[in-house]
Amino acid sequence: MQGHWETNTGSMTDSHKKLLGIGIVCVIIAIPHLGLSPFIMRMLTLSGIYIVLGLSLNLLAGIAGQVSMGHAAFYGIGAYTSALLSLRLGAPFAITCVAAGVIAALSGLLLCFPAMKLKGTYFTFVTLGFCEIVRLVALNWVGLTRGPMGLPGIPPPDLFGWVVETDAGYFYLIAAISGIAYVVVDNIANSRTGRAFIAIKEDTLVAEAMGIDVFKYKMIAFATSSFFAGLVGAFFAHYVTFIDPASFTFDESSLILSLVVLGGMGNFKGTVLASFILIAIPELMRGLQTYRMLIYGLALVVMMIVRPQGLLGAPKRMRVIIDSNTQKMGGGRNASTAASE
Amino acid sequence: MFIQQIINGLTIGTMYALCAAGYSMVFGILQFVNFAHGSVYMLGAFLTLTFVATAHLPFPIGFILSIIATGLVGVIIDRVAYYPIRRKGMPKMNLLIGTIGVSIFLQNLAMIIFGPETRNFPEMIELGNSVIFGVSISNLQVMIFIVTALLIAVLQFIVKKTRIGKAMRATAQNTEATRLMGVNVNRVVMVVFFIGSALACVAGTLVGMYYQTVDPWMGFMAGLKAFASAVLGGIGVLEGAMVGGLIIGVVETLAAGYIHAGYRDAIAFAVLILVLLVKPTGLMGKGSSRGV
Repeated sequence: MQGHWETNTGSMTDSHKKLLGIGIVCVIIAIPHLGLSPFIMRMLTLSGIYIVLGLSLNLLAGIAGQVSMGHAAFYGIGAYTSALLSLRLGAPFAITCVAAGVIAALSGLLLCFPAMKLKGTYFTFVTLGFCEIVRLVALNWVGLTRGPMGLPGIPPPDLFGWVVETDAGYFYLIAAISGIAYVVVDNIANSRTGRAFIAIKEDTLVAEAMGIDVFKYKMIAFATSSFFAGLVGAFFAHYVTFIDPASFTFDESSLILSLVVLGGMGNFKGTVLASFILIAIPELMRGLQTYRMLIYGLALVVMMIVRPQGLLGAPKRMRVIIDSNTQKMGGGRNASTAASE
Repeated sequence: MFIQQIINGLTIGTMYALCAAGYSMVFGILQFVNFAHGSVYMLGAFLTLTFVATAHLPFPIGFILSIIATGLVGVIIDRVAYYPIRRKGMPKMNLLIGTIGVSIFLQNLAMIIFGPETRNFPEMIELGNSVIFGVSISNLQVMIFIVTALLIAVLQFIVKKTRIGKAMRATAQNTEATRLMGVNVNRVVMVVFFIGSALACVAGTLVGMYYQTVDPWMGFMAGLKAFASAVLGGIGVLEGAMVGGLIIGVVETLAAGYIHAGYRDAIAFAVLILVLLVKPTGLMGKGSSRGV
């Protein structure tokens, strides 16, 4: 644990943090016993999945500055890896979920090579193309993935003899995964590694001149981020018991990126909040079926106009940096000044 | 057979080129990627269909009305959604999310208004075939080539020779200096959105005629491909968008014909990624690849 002077909560001391942590754990333990409807439990579990996806992308995009629009690819790779391992080889969830994370992390490392050469729009587009390629391979490699027919009948998670079958079980499992993800990304962001990420995001050239091994840190960022996406992909596969390529499209990637931007780039608490809002609200509007996505699109635009810094804004440790960014990148007014620098 | 594939590829490629021009012009001036461009393309196709099939206007009149209407929709989108976001001076990521929001909005709006099912696009000109040296070219393909060539010539003329074109190039180079020179930058932006959206409408309508169907989701893949074309050619460079569009069109048609139809999009993207790894600014791009 570092001293509180470098944690992102600023004034909160370690003991406060501990109390808050215990409080959150108590609430999580209590939730399944409140007699909530299966619908609400499902909502919470789905939000948990998106919390992990959002957090992992936030580490990559918000902290390390590698804005990816292909995060669904790692989510999908994880889901397929775990589903195939358990369906074809009968491997237990404890093994398949780790394998899912590792395979996703390895494919995440592939993106390091374009990330070293490309910046901005070009890099973002490569991630988008990567996501489409992964989806199309899943769609066309019928021998392995059964293509558009998908993989039905994925068994429930089996953790060292504990078979997760109830809503409460799934809820506890996803709560544990998101808890681990939160602690890991938060600690990375507040560590020497996280400061290296921020340096790379701010100015890669200067970071390199300061002796930061850019390639190594980008590898860490991509591997960690895609590991968690793959891990939660495994959970998703065993939770819904049926996966097909339609679950891992560009829409999914843009939803994950929306979570990160709505919560505030680099702000992990914001990502958690945004996940609950973005997942729960469209579901609660089920009655308005036809207008649901229309309102969602509108809400994204309005949000960007009304609260561009995200719900919770940037965390303190990054606020100075963002301010300088604002001046540098500007809106339409200053855009070309930035380009011509 | 091979020549036939190339011709078909070039037909699709010209459509991507028309769409890519919109991406490229907006990026050149405002440095952001307008993800809603594909939806505007879809909207253009539906507007033409509405004017021609529902309102029973003669095709040329309906087509021109639709081009103007789509152009105006583009301008309105910029004024209502993008301009307020731009004015906040936040990172480009916000604009990107904004354009994704607009894209989702337009797609679902089209679904509510025109219905979710695939609609037939009526036959506007008779689809005769000419066979030249064993290669068959339909009249529609000939028309697509002529219309596209004309539009590209007009676009080049506007950008290179007219006053507003000069203002556009100046704004792309340095917005602030251009503003200081007394150019109404906001008007330039509006013109760019109008031209870009109008071209997207032409592309959407021609594709609708070529495949004889339109649906609310047609803009998604086409938008991605057009964006790929713009990036491949070097985003912000108009000639690059044209060349990129033709290359993507030919590559994906050849891939579908000789490798595997299911992988046509994947191969198009793979080629793009490889080209970017060798030449990070795209084929005809210059300078550093700053952006988003």
